[in-house]
Amino acid sequence: MTNQDEHKEGIGGMINPRRYGIERVAYLLMRLSGLGLLAYFIGHIYETSTILKGQIGWNEFLELTQTTEGHIILAIVIAMCVFHTVNGIRVMLGHGGVGVGKPTRPDYPYIPASQNVRHKIGIYSAIILAAIAMMYGLAVMFGE
Amino acid sequence: MAQIPIITEAAATTPSPKAITLRIARYNPQHDSAKKFMEFIIPYEKWTTVLEAILEVKKYFDHSVAVRYSCRQATCGSCGMIINGKPRLACFTKISELNSNVVTVEPMNNFPVIRDLAVKFERLFDTHHKVKPYLIRDDTEITTDSKEFLQSPEELEKYIQFSNCIKCGLCNSACPTMATDSSFVGPQALAQAYRYVADSRDKGKDTRLKIIDESHGIWRCHFAGSCSQVCPKGVDPAMGIQLLRGYMLGFRS
Repeated sequence: MTNQDEHKEGIGGMINPRRYGIERVAYLLMRLSGLGLLAYFIGHIYETSTILKGQIGWNEFLELTQTTEGHIILAIVIAMCVFHTVNGIRVMLGHGGVGVGKPTRPDYPYIPASQNVRHKIGIYSAIILAAIAMMYGLAVMFGE
Repeated sequence: MAQIPIITEAAATTPSPKAITLRIARYNPQHDSAKKFMEFIIPYEKWTTVLEAILEVKKYFDHSVAVRYSCRQATCGSCGMIINGKPRLACFTKISELNSNVVTVEPMNNFPVIRDLAVKFERLFDTHHKVKPYLIRDDTEITTDSKEFLQSPEELEKYIQFSNCIKCGLCNSACPTMATDSSFVGPQALAQAYRYVADSRDKGKDTRLKIIDESHGIWRCHFAGSCSQVCPKGVDPAMGIQLLRGYMLGFRS
């Protein structure tokens, strides 16, 4: 069966953050930051491997990180790292059943207990901390 | 799929003071290559539901519109569809609460389309059946002395919320994992697995946990929570799945 036969939303539907509130935004950011950190990790291994070319090769590659573009990329990496860590702790606790509420008889209008204010605070905290860390990183790197 | 708007004669009629444009997705996989939309001007009152508007179209404009419905009171779980971009029950959604002059109805995502708004439920029922949605134990209520399996109100509270599931499929339609993974068990079946695991009368916990402990099982849930947001019965599948995972990770026993 093709995607069309199955009427799957596909990746476009998976990454659409507009319909289901901040939780779906956090889901998207978690995926993007995870992929970004994976890319950075691979790049970082390549970067540190240049030391095998000796001091000149190492210094030449290190100069790339001292450019404006390099600083911006590093600032984004800082933001991704902080968001992924803080939101990851929230998600891991949730995955263990911590902070997702207790089963009870639901009453209309059926506000889901698992989408409670503690998780929303966790998501907003992750976004704010990531923004602060990124700004601090930018201030340090461009303030030299 | 391409969306080609078609304005019918019905749309040309004079709208009443309170009327909406109802856009209905038309698609027959047997001979259509893409989904098309037909538009109808439908008068409504404060209490008019989307299902009633669709039935108005069937009654007066185009009886060939395919839609599945039965109880009209959010009990049978038949009339799930995408209404203005979100999965909802047509019988449980009033036009007045959508706050829009245009109401677009499409078949649920992540379900194969039979025709127009009707989708196939086979996979939903298969995954539901896969988690063994019944009490598993060696004895029966007929042979025991007590004649019935006793349960305290506190034990009942642990799962009663999840027994409200009407198998409408809205949670599976909203799930971001279901959007790409055809083999994922899905929030509906996982929530039902929790419903029976948490039941004090059930002895099949290990069997069920083994069924969902696979690559396309419970580990594919990333706690996006969209399933809980669209559930029309307050089941909160996301909570059930996380509590169920708590059993597997050793947080619960």
